[in-house]
Amino acid sequence: MTAHLAPLPADQLSPAPLAPTVLDVDNLSLSLRNADGMLPIVTDVSFSIRQGEAVALVGESGCGKSITASAIMGIAPENAVISGTITLNGKVISNLSPGDRRRLCGRHMGFIFQEPMTALHPALSIGRQMTDTLRHNLGLSQGEATNRAAELLDRVGIPRARDILKGYVHELSGGMRQRVMIALAISCGPSLIIADEPTTALDVTIQAQVLDLLEDMRRELNLAMLFITHDLEVVGDFCEKAVVMYAGDVVERGLSADIVGAPTHPYARGLIDAVPAHDDGRTRLTPILGTVPPVGQWPEGCRFAPRCSRADAQCQTRPSLERHGQTDARCWHPLEGNR
Amino acid sequence: MLRYLGKRFLLILPTIFVPLILVFLLLRLSPGDPAGMMLGDQATAEQIAALRTQLGLDQPIWVQFLLWLKGIVTLDLGNSIFFREPVMQIVPRYAGVTIMLTLVALTLAILIGITMGLISAMNRNRPIDRGVVTTAVLGISLPEFWFALLLIFIFAVTLRWFPVAGYNPPSAGVIAFASTIFLPALALGVRQSALMTRMMRSSMLDVLNEPYITTARAQGLPESKVIGQYAMRTAAMPVVTVAGLSAGYMLGGAVAIEIIFALPGLGRMLVEAVGRRDYPLVEGGVLTISLVLAVLNLAIDLIYAILDPRIRYQ
Repeated sequence: MTAHLAPLPADQLSPAPLAPTVLDVDNLSLSLRNADGMLPIVTDVSFSIRQGEAVALVGESGCGKSITASAIMGIAPENAVISGTITLNGKVISNLSPGDRRRLCGRHMGFIFQEPMTALHPALSIGRQMTDTLRHNLGLSQGEATNRAAELLDRVGIPRARDILKGYVHELSGGMRQRVMIALAISCGPSLIIADEPTTALDVTIQAQVLDLLEDMRRELNLAMLFITHDLEVVGDFCEKAVVMYAGDVVERGLSADIVGAPTHPYARGLIDAVPAHDDGRTRLTPILGTVPPVGQWPEGCRFAPRCSRADAQCQTRPSLERHGQTDARCWHPLEGNR
Repeated sequence: MLRYLGKRFLLILPTIFVPLILVFLLLRLSPGDPAGMMLGDQATAEQIAALRTQLGLDQPIWVQFLLWLKGIVTLDLGNSIFFREPVMQIVPRYAGVTIMLTLVALTLAILIGITMGLISAMNRNRPIDRGVVTTAVLGISLPEFWFALLLIFIFAVTLRWFPVAGYNPPSAGVIAFASTIFLPALALGVRQSALMTRMMRSSMLDVLNEPYITTARAQGLPESKVIGQYAMRTAAMPVVTVAGLSAGYMLGGAVAIEIIFALPGLGRMLVEAVGRRDYPLVEGGVLTISLVLAVLNLAIDLIYAILDPRIRYQ
């Protein structure tokens, strides 16, 4: 891994140029094979995450965020056809066999799910689920694994860790469940954590606690984090970079401060205008008119064009992802600066 | 857990007594009279009346019922009218066969059901899955007695692997016992195994879509462990429920199988006892079946509580 310590090519997006790249996704496309042929779900997604960095994957429901994450983890549906290159810690993993991909899970990548109630096994004790992972991935004995599991629960702020290990998921509160999920995800020392809307299912008061915990873990363990969310406030507070997706496309990519502050793509602008603001005295929200076109019914050119006020004839051809001002955007008519 | 057990135990009482009361009343309300059956066509009215008094049949129904309840408590179920032997001695001779038959049939059904359901789910929509599903539909549609005759024809008459009929108790040796119990148990279990196959398949397919299975995979656990332990644990629960229902069904369905395979079981004993209006023997037989069913269901509830921790704490 010494190669990673060598200076990397200057990348003006990166806050810490020397931190090695943990995850690099290059031109990832995913289609689902069904009876009628191939159904494209995600096209040409590219981004990278460095050590200690959090990158947000933002978009409305159904834009391909979660399936992109499952493709990275290697747990995409069986009928998925995936192209593009995924590199983890300098090693291309997208061409590995499913078995080899599985061996990276847990040890090198941890996954945190949206709904911890259903993401933890209902009939196996918390301890059993944690020690199974620890024993399998790290080769620990049952005793060592139990001790380590208790330490991990302690670390994510769960009191009486030993008792909780004997308990089951239905006995815990929502916040506790998500803490267990986080402990499970970091248990085998991964370098990358993928968090799929980790706070969406929680009470607002618990959300902040869980976000703080994730932030602590990221700093403490120097984790690269892919944070899937539709909450732009979280993006601004929590993530250095953001990738905005729409209908399976990356439409804007850059530092989250730039995207939240001065978005270039009209869709990103629309997302921000649709968030209730606490301070600017505006009373009306501006919704994005229309809905995301369903998979398989995407327009030929720019996929956002039918909902875009700036669309014209040129938008019938597909734009590429290009640098406009501070960020990369897939748009023929990018917005310039703040409105 | 103890409270749960206690609650389950109390529920056993109605399970046993409701069928008993029903049988007791139905027997006495149906036409035919044990005294008349025993004495035959030539008997005079006086002889019949004398025998009725001797058997206690001239007393009001509720007195008869209370006397019989008292019998249960004192473990004296009276004498069989036909065999003139205590019911408590006759029933165990037949009950062992039926209990063995049901247990072996249930075990076979569960083994076949879980295995085939799992194979089917793991090969969803492939030819092997379609084959299993079609066979299961066929299995559910075929009556046991027909399947029993088919098994006898193929394995006993044509291939001569098993005896055509008869029964060797387990005390005669494992192989001798197995050779006489296997075909009847298979015939009795096949419909239930088909049910369990379908149950296992659909429940496994459901469970495989559960987020906690994705979590297990995302934690790097190998597929064998994900399926064999994480998915099996929850997918087997509906099959266990079906097994409880199946046990009751098999205890009842054993009658036809026992007659076809000439097994000296409770089902055959009951059919003959009803024909002879042998009230005490019928009641003793039904009591035994209710008891066995209650115990089997309790065992299944226990397995369920072990499989699913959420049940223990309710």
